[in-house]
Parts: sequence; structure tokens; C-alpha cells
Amino acid sequence: MDGPSLPAALGAVIRRDLLLAMRRKSDVLTTLFFFIIVVSLFPLGVGPEMAMLRQIAPGVLWVAALLATMLSLNRLFAADHADGTLEQMALSAVPLGVLVTGKVIAHWLLSGLPLALLAPVLGLQFDLAAGSLAVLVVSLLIGTPVLSLIGAVGAALTLGVRGGGVLVSLLVLPLYVPVLIFGAGAVEADLTGLGATAHLSLLAAFLALAAFFGPWATTVALRIALE
Amino acid sequence: MLEASNLECVRGEKSLFRDLSFRLEAGACLMVQGANGSGKTSLLRMLCGLAQPAQGEIRWGGEPIRKLAEDYRGELLYCGHAGAVKDDLTALENAQISATLAGAPVDEASARQALRQLGLKGREDLPARVLSAGQRRRVALSRLLLEKRRLWVLDEPLTALDKAAVTTLCGVIDAHLATGGMAVLTSHQDLPLAADRIAHLRLD
Repeated sequence: MDGPSLPAALGAVIRRDLLLAMRRKSDVLTTLFFFIIVVSLFPLGVGPEMAMLRQIAPGVLWVAALLATMLSLNRLFAADHADGTLEQMALSAVPLGVLVTGKVIAHWLLSGLPLALLAPVLGLQFDLAAGSLAVLVVSLLIGTPVLSLIGAVGAALTLGVRGGGVLVSLLVLPLYVPVLIFGAGAVEADLTGLGATAHLSLLAAFLALAAFFGPWATTVALRIALE
Repeated sequence: MLEASNLECVRGEKSLFRDLSFRLEAGACLMVQGANGSGKTSLLRMLCGLAQPAQGEIRWGGEPIRKLAEDYRGELLYCGHAGAVKDDLTALENAQISATLAGAPVDEASARQALRQLGLKGREDLPARVLSAGQRRRVALSRLLLEKRRLWVLDEPLTALDKAAVTTLCGVIDAHLATGGMAVLTSHQDLPLAADRIAHLRLD
């Protein structure tokens, strides 16, 4: 028997999740507004001390991105689990890992990518220079897929568990720490004139590692959750 | 063919059934009966590979289904209690997308044709949210017509269906069996099937 086309299936899952998100825009917009508001609260709270703002900017933006991603993790698999779609995915002739990868990519397109694109605008409130803003965007572009990949494992492990939302934070936030350190570190290094290349390379290494193990671990966790 | 040997199902500390064996040849249908909580759905989920039996083994064409993995899933169609119908998508999108996710993409014309055959003419472009329970069930069952699979595992397929839809569904199952397909199903209602090779399995 001819196997199903894997790239076509991957594309179909991504298109499906984007279509579903377009039909229910509030979910995506909640994440974005959360990010915008949390980041904007800091300049208001700290006051117009430019040096201070510049110093806290990388940390604030990255922590806000982390929390915004956490907010969106719960709905990654929950709806599909509730209506039986996840069961059908597990029984598909397409390997579950491919479908899961598609869902994670769609999650990133709907959470990580918009966050990275919004970040430079929000970074202006912190008086960051153009060069640092560019480093911030690059670090978020490399770092947020790692957040989606690790988060998917947590979301799959807590699937169907009562109070899964809190549990997923406890489970996933510690794993986000390295990404936070090197993501925010990249921007800090650029601000102090050290150059961000080393931090960005390490972030990219995390991404490679997470891209390799993430979908596999998520698939195993989902099969356990379905049993 | 599908073969189960000495299956045991344990829920908590209770054994729901044990030493359950059967064979299902091409063109045959197995009707699983039993009271609520007797393990019908558990058995069906085992046959799909969604759950593992505490004891025993399930084989497809002589090979254990665990080993066959995707090769077995490519022959299998499972329709469970949850219909996998998305509220925010139209009936047509639901039919096409579930076929694509199953690894067997279909074009729009055949998806429309399948929905029409199940009595959803004129409802194809409505979001599933506004459909009735029976209509949503029909959307879920459109997969039977769209995905060419040899083994159908149907858990209470008649739920929420009206008389006309039951007749249509029985016709679809009969046609499937006549062309050498296999079916395992549970139902609390009588299924007026014309096929003569129907085995019954009682779980108590």
C-alpha cells in the first residue's frame, strides 16, 4: 500500500489549526493583548528613567513572552481531546509525530511569531536602540519555537488532568529557564557591546535539540493520555 | 483478517472480561453486545490499539497490531462516541479535513457527494455548531464513505440517528461487507443488516 504523503499531511494540520484560530480569533488575541499589556505596565510602573528601563527591557520582554506562551498552551490539545479529534489523529495512517509537529508549528505561528513581530514596537517604550531591537526580534524568533515545542510536551502530559492549567505552568516554566537566560542574555550582551552571537548560537542549539526530541516526547505523552 | 486471542480487560481492580477470543474474516461482521459498563467500548478501543489489553493479543493478517502500527491504522476506521466534529468548521470542511488527517485526502466533489448520500444536502456549508445532534452524527459517519478502509470499528453508530438515517447507514455497512470489508460494532438498538455473516459476542 502506498503510504500517505507526510508533507501534505503536515501542511493540512497547520492549515486546519490556522483556520480554526481564524474562526475563533479571541483566543489568539487574548495572548497578544496579554503580552502588550504586561510589557507596557513596566515603563508606567518604573517611571521614565531611561537607564533603568534599558537595563530591565530584555528580561521584561522575555518573561512576558514566556507567560503569554504559557497562556496559550492549554488550548493546544484540549479541544481536540474533548471532541475526539485527537483519538482520530492517533489512529491516522499518518504517524502521530507528524501531526503533532504540525500542531506545534501552527501554535508557534499563532503565538510565538506575532510576539516576536510585536516586540520591537514594545521595545521602543524601553528606549532600546535599533540594533538591540533587531537582536531582540532574532532571539525571540529562535527562542519562541523552543517554548512551543517544550510547552507541547507539558500540555500533552497534563491532558485531561483537573487543574491542568496550573500544573502545566509548574511543569514547563522551569524548563523555560535556559531559553529565558540566553534569550534575554542575547539582548543584554548586545546592550553592553559584547555581541549577541554566542547567546544566539546557544539558543539555536536549544531549538535543534527541542525540535528533535519535542515532537517525539509529545507523541508518547499523548498516547499515554489517550489510553 | 482480524484475530483476538485470550483478551483480558481490567478496569481498576475489576476484570471486565477475560479469555475473550474471536476471528473475523473478510466480509464478516461482529456485533458486540452487553450491558452498560460491560466493556464494549474498552474492547473496541483495544481493537484499534488505543488501549492495551491486560492479557492476550490482537493480530491483523497474522501480525500483532502493535508491530504493524501505521500499516494497521491505514486499514482501520474507528468511529467512537466523540464524533471528532469541529463546531467552528462547516460540514464540508469537517468531512474533508478528517479525511486528510486520516491520511486519505478527498476532493470537494466526493465530500459533497458523501454528505448528500447521508441526507445532509443543503447543509454542507453550515457550521457544525448549528447542526442537530443527529446531523453532526451524520457528518461524523461521512468518513465511512470517504476513507477506503477494510476494517470498520463503530461504537454505537446509531446514537441520535433517525429511522431514515439508520436505513442508509445499514445500507452502507452492507455494501462494505459485500465488498469484503469487515465491521465490528456495538449497538443497543437492532441493526437491520441484510448481510448473513453476522456473529454475536456477549460481554457479561
